[in-house]
Amino acid sequence: MSSSQDDFVLRLYVAGQTPKCLRAFTNLKRICEEYLTNRYRIEMIDLLLDPGLARGDQILAVPTLVRRMPEPVKKIIGDLSNTQRVLAGLEVSVGAA
Amino acid sequence: MQQPHSTLTRHGIPKAATGIQGLDEITNGGLPLGRPTLVCGGAGSGKTLLAASFLVNGARLYGEPGVLMTFEENGDEIASDVASFGFDLPALVDEGKLFVDYVRVERSEIEETGEYDLEGLFVRLDHAIRSTGAKRIVLDTIESLFSGLNDANILRAELRRLFRWLKDRNLTAIITAERGEGTLTRHGLEEYVSDAVILLDQRVTEQVSTRRLRVVKYRGSHHGTNEYPFLIDRDGLSVLPVTSLGLEHDASDERISSGVRELDRMLGGDGYFRGSTVLVSGTAGTGKTSLAAHFADAACRRGERVLYFLFEESPNQLVRNMRSIGVDLKPWVDTGLLKFTAERSSRAGLETHLASMYQSVRNFRPSVTIVDAVTNLLTVGSQNDVHAMLMRVIDFLKVSGVTGLFSSLTAADSSHEETQTGISSLMDTWIAMTVDEVNRERQRFLRILKSRGMAHSNRVHSFAITDNGLRLTDGGG
Repeated sequence: MSSSQDDFVLRLYVAGQTPKCLRAFTNLKRICEEYLTNRYRIEMIDLLLDPGLARGDQILAVPTLVRRMPEPVKKIIGDLSNTQRVLAGLEVSVGAA
Repeated sequence: MQQPHSTLTRHGIPKAATGIQGLDEITNGGLPLGRPTLVCGGAGSGKTLLAASFLVNGARLYGEPGVLMTFEENGDEIASDVASFGFDLPALVDEGKLFVDYVRVERSEIEETGEYDLEGLFVRLDHAIRSTGAKRIVLDTIESLFSGLNDANILRAELRRLFRWLKDRNLTAIITAERGEGTLTRHGLEEYVSDAVILLDQRVTEQVSTRRLRVVKYRGSHHGTNEYPFLIDRDGLSVLPVTSLGLEHDASDERISSGVRELDRMLGGDGYFRGSTVLVSGTAGTGKTSLAAHFADAACRRGERVLYFLFEESPNQLVRNMRSIGVDLKPWVDTGLLKFTAERSSRAGLETHLASMYQSVRNFRPSVTIVDAVTNLLTVGSQNDVHAMLMRVIDFLKVSGVTGLFSSLTAADSSHEETQTGISSLMDTWIAMTVDEVNRERQRFLRILKSRGMAHSNRVHSFAITDNGLRLTDGGG
């Protein structure tokens, strides 16, 4: 398997520093470190700063995690507190990690 | 075109005009300004068109930009849906008067884990409102979110917050919703949006569909509570106010010629009262249409506009037939003074006919309207319904100062008095035409059964239809 970086390009949409959003970021960071070591990149987008970006990715709920790569695009909404569901949503097979 | 977009009614509730014909009348000025209104109805009931009209008129007529947030169709689809009604959404978007945002939620693409809120929706709305300076918002149909998101509790809490948010920003909003089983909306949105509720309905009876609109609720304002027929045609949506307009119209003393000199004489010398209604009844072939054509011709000669509803024959056929008796209507058609509206009565329901007649009169602004024959409408409704409808038409014509002439076909085996009782009571003048066999010759007779407010002839007069039109053989009077 190629060891190219950034297999997973993830974008986390938040709206300000709310507890939910901070929790989502912490959870995401932890899950990525554990299961996607060196294979991920996280972009944070604060919709309060860039409101125009919400349309493009069809963002409605906050926080929303968008898996931009690999395709197809996947979305996970919520504070990402359930690791198994996040992994299922990202289609990360735990055995391979 | 600039008009005041809001008016403070005597009840103290400021309104935002929709610009939709009729709707502003029955709501006493429009939707509650700065508040959300719920518009519910089944699929295809006209919710989206009503909402789009509200936005387009807001931007075009009242200088109020708008935001259309659509949850079911994308912007292009909506734009093409309403384009046929003359609404150019892309142009409004280009001019910065409208912002269209399509919110798509695909459940299969979304995983939910843990807490979330719908701040993204608020951000998008806020962004759209700021970029246009919007005063009007349409959310069409936000309850689609119930099928896109799993957590109904979060959704309900967020919708409650959203409607509060809209109110806090003084936005006049339309929230559309699907009609539920036994409830106004499928997901109970009426619980959150309670300032005003409008219900749209489409019923099909005997394969004829009729659209109706009802203002179910309007907090703090008087409104018509009837079901009002409404029409969707190439001019968009229009609502027909059918409350009895009462007897507030002014009765004119002015007389206008019937087009037949001797008949004018029978009516006391000068013809019908302007703004009155005339019934011309008779069996087939007695000359009702000829009398109507004379009346139309006379009005056009005075330079007045005539709207002629024709149910039995084509305009060309009528013009040709009338030319043969010396009444040439063609020049009036050519100059636009005379307008025929020919329709098969069975093509539409009674309410639709009513709405369409109402709209034609509003658009054309005739001083004379002829309905030939009003009895054709009997085929699409019961006697009672037709009676009620005629009352509305007559009310409307009177308030508009339009003189109406209605021809009515009498069945050959019944007396006038019997068949016409319902209709005649609504009329100011009633002329009965008959053909009788006298000395083995067919002779035509005409008599005035009633004519309110004028001394008229009570005699039976004989008449002939000649190359020079309808002539009373005994000179009238």
